[in-house]
Amino acid sequence: MSAPTIAVLVAAVIALVLPFMLSNFRLFQFTQVFIYAIALLGLNMLTGFNGQISLGHGAFFAVGAYTGAIMMDRWNVPYGWTIPVGGLLCLIVGFLFGIPALRLEGLYLALATFALALAVPQILKYFEHWTGGSQGIVLTKPAAPFGLPLSEDQWFYFVTLVVLFVMFVLARNLLSGRIGRALVAIRDNPLAAEAMGVNKALYKSLTFGVSAAYTGVAGALSAVAIAFVAPDSFNILLSISLLTGSVIGGLASISGAIYGALFIQFVPNWAQDISKAAPWAIFGLFLIVFMYVMPYGIAGALRLVWNRLTRPQG
Amino acid sequence: MDIFLQQVVSGIATGGIYASLALALVMIYQATDVVNFAQGEMAMFSTYLAWSMLNAGVPYWVTFFATVALAFLLGLVIERLVIRPVESAPILSIVIVTLGLLVIHNSIAGWIWSYIQKPFPSPFPSRPVHMGPIIVGAHDIGEISVTLIVLLLLFAFFRYTPVGLAMRAAAHNPVSSRLSGIRVSRMLMLGWGLAAAFGAVAGMMVAPIVTLEPNMMGGIQIYAFAAATLGGFTSPGGAVLGGIIVGVAENLVGTYVRFIGTELKLTVALAIIIIVLLVRPRGLFGRAVVRRV
Repeated sequence: MSAPTIAVLVAAVIALVLPFMLSNFRLFQFTQVFIYAIALLGLNMLTGFNGQISLGHGAFFAVGAYTGAIMMDRWNVPYGWTIPVGGLLCLIVGFLFGIPALRLEGLYLALATFALALAVPQILKYFEHWTGGSQGIVLTKPAAPFGLPLSEDQWFYFVTLVVLFVMFVLARNLLSGRIGRALVAIRDNPLAAEAMGVNKALYKSLTFGVSAAYTGVAGALSAVAIAFVAPDSFNILLSISLLTGSVIGGLASISGAIYGALFIQFVPNWAQDISKAAPWAIFGLFLIVFMYVMPYGIAGALRLVWNRLTRPQG
Repeated sequence: MDIFLQQVVSGIATGGIYASLALALVMIYQATDVVNFAQGEMAMFSTYLAWSMLNAGVPYWVTFFATVALAFLLGLVIERLVIRPVESAPILSIVIVTLGLLVIHNSIAGWIWSYIQKPFPSPFPSRPVHMGPIIVGAHDIGEISVTLIVLLLLFAFFRYTPVGLAMRAAAHNPVSSRLSGIRVSRMLMLGWGLAAAFGAVAGMMVAPIVTLEPNMMGGIQIYAFAAATLGGFTSPGGAVLGGIIVGVAENLVGTYVRFIGTELKLTVALAIIIIVLLVRPRGLFGRAVVRRV
């Protein structure tokens, strides 16, 4: 068995045992980690693999979360449906946003998405009839079905874990083949990629769509997990923390999404003990330091260490 | 008609604020080809420094110039320590680093000075000026005059001084400039310093209107982005005009377009940015960037 396979198996065993070892609150935190990991995976695809900078992925997270919340609250749709619908809606929204984004190069795309991230809470508050305004929408946590002896938090932990697994397998298959190579080619040398017959416009806007869909699924899951949505939780800081997680985990990597998610879930918690303002100072510091010393993030550093250790001596 | 004129005039006043921050953005873009996402937060931070000085009893104009000098130094230091290591890295790295600066400035300001709003004095008289049927605040007139003075200084600096010429050259063609003896890195450092100084002026002009708090620049920065995009990131004059157009548009739309009102202010800025980038990416007065491949 190769090392990555062993690592995945160990991680899977830990993930399956955790719900029976931890308190409900801790478990909820790990559910959040999985949710962030799905969103980060989407952002990694777009920014890491395809080189399109998005500072506004919090917007797609919000679309997913509100789609889920409105479906459950207004139309009594079972929560299971909200996840694919949230993803699908974001796929469409993301694809449509991706078309004008085609014309924007690096810096300008960053500007446009930054503006998008800033405007989201306002837009959500404006459509008060649907979104409940600044009060938000309160939901109920789903109970475990078929009389399974699991608490609500344990049950939803497993739901999220399954979704995460499916999304990871999909992403791996998508990125390790022809499509993945096309995305990287567009990032590294758009001109050469086009000369080789890669349809740049189609791939770029599709990547935007798929990336948004991942983040939308994460948003829908988070609406159920937290059982509450409000406009101010989808501010610019959400977008910045997603980007931070992406950078720290490792931009162009799949496993990096997990490391990044662990970081954005747990680091602010202990930083909060120092000062209310500290989490963001630490986020900022990590962003800058990582760009200097570990531009490929934790995933890249691990790969480097592993290669050093297993390199034949001589 | 009076309401319309009044709205236009207050739009010009708001526009002056956007213009002053947009000038700082354009400054850095001109000198280094980077958009500094932390520009607004750096300005906010300098304004807090000014507040501390004023609180210690330093007279206003002494504080004003001392703050500008301090901000200049801060800009130099930030460029040297934080930006220089990623100078030749891909654009993504630089964007991420300036975002890091954004959150650091914001949280450190909150840490030191707390998130409670603080009043900030204006150097201009508080009595409004009557011009026919229209009423204009003295601070508005003062603030626009300051913006125009900064614009003139900037223009003169780039147009008539050897350093300004060297800076333009360094941004335009770093390799050739280095070959003709310009110290390119030093020019970039100077660019950051000047931009930070302009930002500090903008901050001190904004603070009396919006009151000082760590998040005061968030909305203003997005409008400054819109202004710079509209006017063209390569044109200081364009950025000022862009700021004024955006300010007037914001006020008129807020008054006359019922369904937008003031609740969708940031969305209007978003729409302006996206429309300009799609229709005329170089802005009204910008020069098109030509790249050789």
